[in-house]
Amino acid sequence: MSRNSIDYRPFEPPLPPGRARALPWASVLGASALTAVLPVVASLPLMPPLGLILLLTWRLLARFALRPWAAAPLGLFDDLVSGQPLGSAVLLWSLCFIAIEMIEQRLVFRDFWQDWLIASGAIAFCLAIGRWIALPLGAHVDTVLVAQIVIAVMLFPLSARLVAWIDRKRGAAA
Amino acid sequence: MAPARDRRTGFSRRRQYSTFFGYVLAVAGAVVGAALLVASVFNPPAFSAARMGVATLTAPVASVIDTLADAAASVPAAIGSWFRVHGENTALRAEVKRSRALLTAARTIAYDNRRLRALLAVRDRTPEAVATARLVGSTASSGRRFALLNAGRFQGVRPGMPVRGPNGLVGRVLETGPIAARVLLVTDPESLVPVRRTRDGMPAIAAGRGDGRVDIRSVNATNVRFATGDMFVTSGTGGLYAPGVPVAQVESAGADSVVAIPYAAPDSLDFALVERPFMPMPPSPPARPAAP
Repeated sequence: MSRNSIDYRPFEPPLPPGRARALPWASVLGASALTAVLPVVASLPLMPPLGLILLLTWRLLARFALRPWAAAPLGLFDDLVSGQPLGSAVLLWSLCFIAIEMIEQRLVFRDFWQDWLIASGAIAFCLAIGRWIALPLGAHVDTVLVAQIVIAVMLFPLSARLVAWIDRKRGAAA
Repeated sequence: MAPARDRRTGFSRRRQYSTFFGYVLAVAGAVVGAALLVASVFNPPAFSAARMGVATLTAPVASVIDTLADAAASVPAAIGSWFRVHGENTALRAEVKRSRALLTAARTIAYDNRRLRALLAVRDRTPEAVATARLVGSTASSGRRFALLNAGRFQGVRPGMPVRGPNGLVGRVLETGPIAARVLLVTDPESLVPVRRTRDGMPAIAAGRGDGRVDIRSVNATNVRFATGDMFVTSGTGGLYAPGVPVAQVESAGADSVVAIPYAAPDSLDFALVERPFMPMPPSPPARPAAP
C-alpha cells in the first residue's frame, strides 16, 4: 500500500511470516485442484493449466515468494490431479524454473511484456511436451492444443493481477 | 523490474550454503521428475494409490459443486420446458400413433426371441449393476480423457468394470479409491472397444480420437464401406463389455476407418451405471456330429 494513498494503514499488522510464506504455495495448489473439481466432463482438453500459469506468475513477478526447488513438489501435486502421467509436470515445471533462472542472469531488467513472453514460451513448452508424453502421436488433439495454449497465454495478465494482489496482501514481511 | 541481487550472499556461510542447495535441489527435482516419468510411462498403474488418495479429497468437493451447478442449470431448463410443452405434446401424440404398430411387432418379436432362446437353452448372462453414481469431474486440461466417478471401492467398484450411461457406453473403470474412481472414456486416445454394426453384425473396433469422437475401424475385412448413420454396439468380444450396448454412430460415409460420434456425450451425462465385467463366454460345447 503506497504511503500517499487513502488506503495507507501504517499500523495494520502484517501477516505472520509462516502464513505469508505459505500463501504462494497454497494459491498454486488451489489452482491445480480447481481444474480437478470443476464439474464438467469435458470432451476437449481446452482448460488452461491454471496451476502452471500461477506458478510462472509467482516466479516472474515475485521471485522470492517460492523457493527455487518449489516447482517439483507443486508439479507432483498437479500430476496427481491432472491426468498426465506422474512425473511430467515435475520434470517440465522444474525445467521451466531452471530456464527462467538462466534467462534472469542475462536479462536482468525486465518489463511486463518480457515476462509475458517468457511465460508464453514456458506454457507452450509444457503443454506441447506434455501432449507428446501423454498421448500417442496419432491422436487428433493438435488444433485443440493450439487453442489451449492461446487461452492459457491470454490468461497470464489476469493471473499477474491476481498474484500482485495476493502479494500486496502478504505484506512486506514475507 | 529491478534486478534481484540475491546471488550476492555476503559473508554469511549459512546463506551461501542455503542458496547453493536451493539450486542443487531445483536440478534434483528435474531429475526426480524424469525418473518418475519413466516409471509411470512404462508402468501406468504404478502411482494409482497416490492419485486416488488425492481423488478421495477432491471427489466430494467436486460432487458438491456438481450438485450446485445442476441446481443452477435446472432453472432455465424448467422455464424453457414450460414454454415448449404444447408443441411437444402434439409431437409426442403423433409419434405414439406412428409407433404403435411398430411396438406391437416388437412385442411379438421379443416374445418369439424369448421362446426360441429358451428352446436353445442359451446361457445368457445379464450384466449386473454394481453402482449408480455421478461423473463429477474430468481431466479438462490434459489430453487424456478421464472422468472422476463419485463411487469407489466402498461401493463395490473395481478396476476394469464397464461404465454405461443412459444413452450408451461411457468407458471403463481404470483406478479405484475408497470413494472415487477414475473412468477411461471411450473417446480417450488409448481406449479400444470391440463393436459390431447393428445392421449386419460386422465386427469393428471403436478407437478414441481424443477430440470427443471415435474412429471406427474394420478388423478382419478390407474395403469395408461405412454409411452415414451406421450404428455400432458393443460386440462382447474380450468379455469386458456386455454385448449390445450402443457405442457410436458414423458421422460421414467412408471406407475402412471412419469418424463416429459416441452416443453417450460425456458433458451431458447425468448418472453412470457401473456394471460387473461381462464374463468370458462359457467353453463351446463339444462338436456335434455332422448333419446327415
